[in-house]
Amino acid sequence: MKYVDEFRDPELAKTLLAEIERLLPKIKTTSQRPLQIMEFCGGHTHTIFRYGLEQLLPKTIELIHGPGCPVCVLPMGRVDDCIALAERPEVIFTTFGDAMRVPGSRKNLLQAKADGADVRMVYSPLDALELAKKNPDREVIFFALGFETTMPSTALTVLQAAEDNVKNFSLFCNHITTVPTIKAILDSPSMQLDGFVAPGHVSMVVGEEPFHFVANLYKKPIVITGFEPIDILQSLWLLIKQIAEGRCQVENQYARVVATGGNSPGLAAMASVFELRDYFEWRGLGSIDQSGVKMTEAYSHFDAEKKFSMPNLKVADPELCQCGEVLRGAIKPWQCQLFGSACTPETPMGALMVSSEGACAAYYNFGNLQEIMTLKEKSIS
Amino acid sequence: MCLGIPGQVVEIIDAAKHLAKVEISGVRRQISLACIVSDSHPIESCVGDWVLVHVGFAMSVINEDEARKTLELLMELGEAQKELEAMQSSEQN
Repeated sequence: MKYVDEFRDPELAKTLLAEIERLLPKIKTTSQRPLQIMEFCGGHTHTIFRYGLEQLLPKTIELIHGPGCPVCVLPMGRVDDCIALAERPEVIFTTFGDAMRVPGSRKNLLQAKADGADVRMVYSPLDALELAKKNPDREVIFFALGFETTMPSTALTVLQAAEDNVKNFSLFCNHITTVPTIKAILDSPSMQLDGFVAPGHVSMVVGEEPFHFVANLYKKPIVITGFEPIDILQSLWLLIKQIAEGRCQVENQYARVVATGGNSPGLAAMASVFELRDYFEWRGLGSIDQSGVKMTEAYSHFDAEKKFSMPNLKVADPELCQCGEVLRGAIKPWQCQLFGSACTPETPMGALMVSSEGACAAYYNFGNLQEIMTLKEKSIS
Repeated sequence: MCLGIPGQVVEIIDAAKHLAKVEISGVRRQISLACIVSDSHPIESCVGDWVLVHVGFAMSVINEDEARKTLELLMELGEAQKELEAMQSSEQN
């Protein structure tokens, strides 16, 4: 596939790994502890596991998996709200596929569907709008989630709905923002990160400027990165070069897709339709200020939270769940007491085992399971 | 959700609604070009563009120059490495 295959070239991978190996010993700290680089985005976590990149890297560099998986950080209470909406007889509840198996306190959306709720998987919010037009006697709700990456598509769909005067379409808005989350991680006293692999598709929308604070304020190097294995390896090389040369800057490795200023039409649509919430609840990370968006007054007739009542309860994770610690990068997935036993992709306890971008699912599906379970047993004993 | 996929714009379906047919891995799908059209890049000029598609929207026109530059840089790096290796391991007896 064009613009994909070239960035999976094993020869280029070898080149980059050789450069990384050459540079790492030049960084003094690596003699005492490995460099800790965080990839924020779930899509990056997925690539790292799918291509076994961590195993190819020297032990003097460690990859910490961040909480950038919007499905993984959905609190159980919000899933319960989805189910309450879906169970209304007049509602067609539409959602992206990976949200369907996230556990709520009683069941997930897929189970709600099996129990009779009209839950439908859509690829695009535009498909949900089409459903609304084709079913004028039903209320179509779109479960809008994702970071800034999917905000333009949701916003533009609302603008199209307004233009077409569609009355039976609304959003259950769970969009979250990247910058406050990265800031919360950087402010966390237990984190000792040396650099960031920045989310390439968030940046495609918001541009480079929102990430300047990481280099300017927190003095950490940060590289905006694409999603193929060569992209990630090149970013790690650029980060290591920065550290070796004592620089801390924002670099754009993904220039073929990311423009410095981001996506203007997308940003304009977002500014019309969304505004920041004062705070938003994140699974495992608690409440983060200004980390979520809600719909503006002008588009409140498309806001499911205004149109319908829902339980809106704060539900705590199951006691044994360690999703929060994995999301914060404090423990590796296999260090969770439930990993591989009570919690597997077939019987997930939390969203990290369900989402295609979740760190636990990635470890389970692509990691060497035998090796991981041995490590787990050793750490318990 | 972060997984965007490259495709090529093959024809405009509805210029007013910014809808086009985009071919992605051999499959043709209706995609919105609302995020990539502008006064300097009107919808008709999008035909033939390689775009990154994300949940039904073209989110960026793939900059072919930048793609080529990135790959060339890496290939040169590889060649420089091989040169260095050859220099260091060359037999001189």
